[in-house]
Amino acid sequence: MSEIPGELKYSKSHEWVKIEDDGTVVVGISEHAQDLLGDMVYVEVPEVGNEVEVEEACAVVESVKAASDVYSPVSGTITESNEVLTDTPELVNSDPYGEGWIMRVKLADRADLDQLMDASAYADHVAAEDH
Amino acid sequence: MGNRTPLYDEHVAMGAKIVDFAGWDMPIHYGSQIEEHHQVREDAGMFDVSHMTVVDLNGPGVVDFMRKLLANDVARLKQEGKALYSCMLNDKGGVIDDLIVYFMNKNWFRMVVNSSTREKDLAWITKQSEAFDVQVTERPELAMIAVQGPNAIARVKQVVDESVSALLENLGVFFAVEAGDFFVGRTGYTGEDGFEIVLPAAMAAKFWNDLSEVGVEPIGLGARDTLRLEAGMNLYGADMDEQISPLEAGLGWTVAWEPAERDFIGRKSLQAIREKKPASKLVGLVLQDKGVLRNHQKVVVAGVGDGEITSGSFSPTLEKAIAFARVPVGIGSECSVDMRGRLLPAKVVKVPFVRNGKSCLPEGV
Repeated sequence: MSEIPGELKYSKSHEWVKIEDDGTVVVGISEHAQDLLGDMVYVEVPEVGNEVEVEEACAVVESVKAASDVYSPVSGTITESNEVLTDTPELVNSDPYGEGWIMRVKLADRADLDQLMDASAYADHVAAEDH
Repeated sequence: MGNRTPLYDEHVAMGAKIVDFAGWDMPIHYGSQIEEHHQVREDAGMFDVSHMTVVDLNGPGVVDFMRKLLANDVARLKQEGKALYSCMLNDKGGVIDDLIVYFMNKNWFRMVVNSSTREKDLAWITKQSEAFDVQVTERPELAMIAVQGPNAIARVKQVVDESVSALLENLGVFFAVEAGDFFVGRTGYTGEDGFEIVLPAAMAAKFWNDLSEVGVEPIGLGARDTLRLEAGMNLYGADMDEQISPLEAGLGWTVAWEPAERDFIGRKSLQAIREKKPASKLVGLVLQDKGVLRNHQKVVVAGVGDGEITSGSFSPTLEKAIAFARVPVGIGSECSVDMRGRLLPAKVVKVPFVRNGKSCLPEGV
């Protein structure tokens, strides 16, 4: 069973969301997602300033095995991108909830957060997909 | 549940992620595909290749049969034990399979063919053998373990009996020898030195674990693919198939045209393709931008035409994306690859990309 931190929210497409006090959220992909993809070799992070919609493909993570889109779990504006991943994509594997974060988004509508799963719902979602 | 090799339990115990491969439950990796790749380039790794198909051909007609069946010519093999890489063609000159054949003596050849093509290969070989005094015997009771890397040979010698070790001492590159219960070929699919060892299934787990104890790490099919791609070795079903002749798959060097009177299966069709000049060929590509080349991406050669990537991946050794692509013969030294709608520049290079742990790329690529 992969790690699913209790303080985060999750999307069906395996992004995690950390809600900050300043009206922004930090987004990455879950431990389960990085495990499915395998060793990362390239991450294309979004451009700061871009507007994104919920479920819009806004970043790409490429492993040895496959390229996979990262979907924004919320609508808003990209305020920060983890440029470090350009040279060290393996951080997505080694620390998916920490240094492997992908982007920071300024929320357009806090109601988007209500559509996300908590850790226990996400654990059920992962278990259901495995079967 | 798929077919399982005699080493399935060992894979699970070593933390393998198991996937379906041509109907077999096989390890794709044991944690990190990239680390496994480096382990083989820098030290020694072991692969369970028991899913591959071992076929023995015996009888007084075996030499004549092999010279009919294969596009390469076993008459080139002068010394017992010597191995040969060849395509097995259909009447149209398309590739039924690629294989390694070991010349053990004038009454015995051993072939190792792919697992994904097992049934059609056996049917074809058996049918073609009818006109010859030869017996075709599949050996599913045998397991096969490849040990590859700069330290592979030394590690194997540490775990085998002295009598076996002595026989391996002078085993030349691309030779095989029977050593007790083992059949050991100094062959492989990685571009590194090492052995491919055929052994009774009941002995496989112990040998595997003995190798593990002397520091040989298990390697999954994922790294096997990036290793062979770097080494410039084709994969059946991706880089060639029954619709493609060896001449369009970078395998012209494996076709023995001389002597002209040797009438191997597919020769007439292949000769016609050669005289007409094939429109496409297989080349190596190195991406000049970030990203990973993938199978079936479109290759655009400005002013010449389009091609397609047949095997693409990330090269852990070179830390660049590399690929084989089938492209128009008029291609120069550069092209573009369509990656999700963007055209990214790539350089055309000779393969292999890597040999014995070292980059073979020209400067500036």
